Amino acid sequence: MTEGEAGLCAAFGLGALLCLVASAKAVDPAYGFHAGLFSLAAVAGIVAILRRYAARDPEPVPQEIGGKPNYNLGPIKVAAVASMGWGIAGFLVGCIIAFQLWAPALNLGLEYTTFGRLRPLHTSAVIFAFGGNVLIATSLYVVQRTCRARLAGDLAPWFVVLGYNLFIVVAGTGYLMGVTQSKEYAEPEWYADLWLTIVWVVYLAVFLATLAKRREPHIFVANWFYLAFIVTIAMLHVVNNLALPVSVFGSKSYPIFSGVQDALVQWWYGHNAVGFFLTAGFLAIMYYFIPKRAERPVYSYRLSIIHFWALIFMYIWAGPHHLHYTALPDWAQTLGMTFSIMLWMPSWGGMINGLMTLSGAWDKLRTDPILRLMVVSLAFYGMATFEGPMMSIKAVNALSHYTDWTIGHVHSGALGWVAYVSFGALYCLVPWLWNRREVYSLRLVEWHFWVSTLGIVLYITAMWVAGIMQGLMWRAYNDFGFLEYSFVETVEAMRPYYLVRALGGVLFLIGALIMAYNLAMTILGREANAPNPAPAAPGALVPAA
Amino acid sequence: MAIAQPGLWKRHEFFERNSILLLIGILIVVAIGGLIEIVPLFYLKSTIEAVEGVRPYTPLELAGRNVYVREGCYLCHSQMVRPMRDEVERYGHFSLAAESLYDHPFQWGSKRTGPDLARVGGKYSDAWHREHLKDPRAVVPGSIMPAYPFLDRPLDAEAIAGDLTANARLGVPYSRDMILRADSDLTAQLDPDGADAGFAQRYPGAVAHAPGEKGRPTELDALVAYLQVLGTMVDFKLYDDRSNLR
Repeated sequence: MTEGEAGLCAAFGLGALLCLVASAKAVDPAYGFHAGLFSLAAVAGIVAILRRYAARDPEPVPQEIGGKPNYNLGPIKVAAVASMGWGIAGFLVGCIIAFQLWAPALNLGLEYTTFGRLRPLHTSAVIFAFGGNVLIATSLYVVQRTCRARLAGDLAPWFVVLGYNLFIVVAGTGYLMGVTQSKEYAEPEWYADLWLTIVWVVYLAVFLATLAKRREPHIFVANWFYLAFIVTIAMLHVVNNLALPVSVFGSKSYPIFSGVQDALVQWWYGHNAVGFFLTAGFLAIMYYFIPKRAERPVYSYRLSIIHFWALIFMYIWAGPHHLHYTALPDWAQTLGMTFSIMLWMPSWGGMINGLMTLSGAWDKLRTDPILRLMVVSLAFYGMATFEGPMMSIKAVNALSHYTDWTIGHVHSGALGWVAYVSFGALYCLVPWLWNRREVYSLRLVEWHFWVSTLGIVLYITAMWVAGIMQGLMWRAYNDFGFLEYSFVETVEAMRPYYLVRALGGVLFLIGALIMAYNLAMTILGREANAPNPAPAAPGALVPAA
Repeated sequence: MAIAQPGLWKRHEFFERNSILLLIGILIVVAIGGLIEIVPLFYLKSTIEAVEGVRPYTPLELAGRNVYVREGCYLCHSQMVRPMRDEVERYGHFSLAAESLYDHPFQWGSKRTGPDLARVGGKYSDAWHREHLKDPRAVVPGSIMPAYPFLDRPLDAEAIAGDLTANARLGVPYSRDMILRADSDLTAQLDPDGADAGFAQRYPGAVAHAPGEKGRPTELDALVAYLQVLGTMVDFKLYDDRSNLR
């Protein structure tokens, strides 16, 4: 047995024992449940390590086989499958809460199914469970390939993937039971935050150690973005979640900051969850998967340097635009607005670098729906990163803030950019991981693309119209100088748009189900595509025919 | 990517060839913005206005606030009136930073699927709030708020003194006396006859509420007490807007 295996077994054993004690002494049921879950997970970890030990070669895994790096793909496969599963769960919960706004009876009068508890479940499932697993899967893959070295660590990559997913389960079940610290996108309570911190530090260590093992002299541009994502998320997560638990045996804690300072720390975190989790990490995906799929080099090396440093420098300042016209001091709001507007440029730098990578390969958009998914994702990225700076202008924000316009903006970025580039990456990655020539069916990818694109269009147009209408109704005055509408009249006016939005969400979910089927068949080794790789007749390429 | 680059561009190899330097470079670059924007908020005196009347929540209000947080009310209700004509007319005086001084965490929110609640205190009766929380459409037919009938269950506030202690450690001015009397103060606020003079001194201006049922505080009682104190601590008849121009 290696030192790592023995050490981790001992740590898990101790952890299981401590969690068992904590579970027995719990002051609230949710904490007891979670401590029990941690304990079970630790025992399962020990069993898994022992079973692996019994089955494996006594020799350590070779770093190279026949002069080629022996890439470690097991944990990546798990993260890839997990991302697809979580994605569907997250989209489904999104659809449910969208319908709840249209028909409030769907809240069912049960505490576990109210909008207030399901909404964090939706956001965390799509951002951290779906997006997070995509980022972990792709980063661990890309760092190996671009460094031409096997992933560092033996058990550590498994610990990262499984530990991260345990965090997701603890966070998600917690929301249903009402365990939340009410900081948007940072809702999990202190013990889940502590666990994530441990997992994240190991993730950083695995990533850095693999970079250190590289056989390439230069660190590839995708890895700059992955590294910025991992490091900055660590910083944001730790500072924003500083809290004092009421009891070490209870789930409730109080954040150490209050009022105006807490608000700015939260949105410094919140906006950079967008900037570093949902942007830097996915730009890394773009920098590897688009050149690979298009079989063209990255357009501009210099542009990648400039926009990388500019993007990570400016994003951090943009948080205060979530607090325009609030009790946050004006100087901070103005600073936030200024940097948000400037951020337009590095954002578009990334988009241009990605799009121009297709120079000489634009014809592939007609024939390759996977590349098309990724290119359309860049178009949405460009659109969302234009809309964002515009909405950060105080005069625009005065209208848009608190309305569903913000929700529409977020989803044009989340569905159009983050999800599409993830879908494209997964369609590439799954055949590579399972050693298949191509996905099961490109025709189904076409279906996925068109169905979900229609869904996005319905979603964002409904929310634009609804949001702007809502903002205008709130500030409308009648001829006598009184407010024209009571609040509930503005709520009633939203109803048809909420239905259109929900239907758009359903289309997006259907697209994801098509994808899950396609990927499952790919993993099973089926092939529906004609084996003939020669260009087919143009008529055969009409999408969704 | 590894094509030889002339001049200044070549200097970037400094980062590209050394992962630790790249890491340090990233950390420095991403730390600057946060430091410059956040740190001054802790020492600039103008950040929080000087006002009279803001006090820590009573134990009952704090317990109600915890229900508000638990149910995710902030996801649909902001607590931040912006200084615009329509908002001030619809909701009341614009919100001050001082009013959330003791809010761990803040509840300003980011979305108004429902109306702003920063000044909801005192606008409706306790009975209205109870009805509305149990079945929103019974009192507001067009409402899309979830119904919260399950809140009519006993409040688990055995450890409320622990909550006061945690807040006190974070700087909320709960005295030893307040923490010691947390349990009795919680029930006292629900007993119009029983609130002693000490309670009114500890929590000036705290309003007594009629419980749904005698002697058994519910989550609903606590939540109503919290909603009824929102935005009422500062007396805006006496507050001078110009004294805190910043």
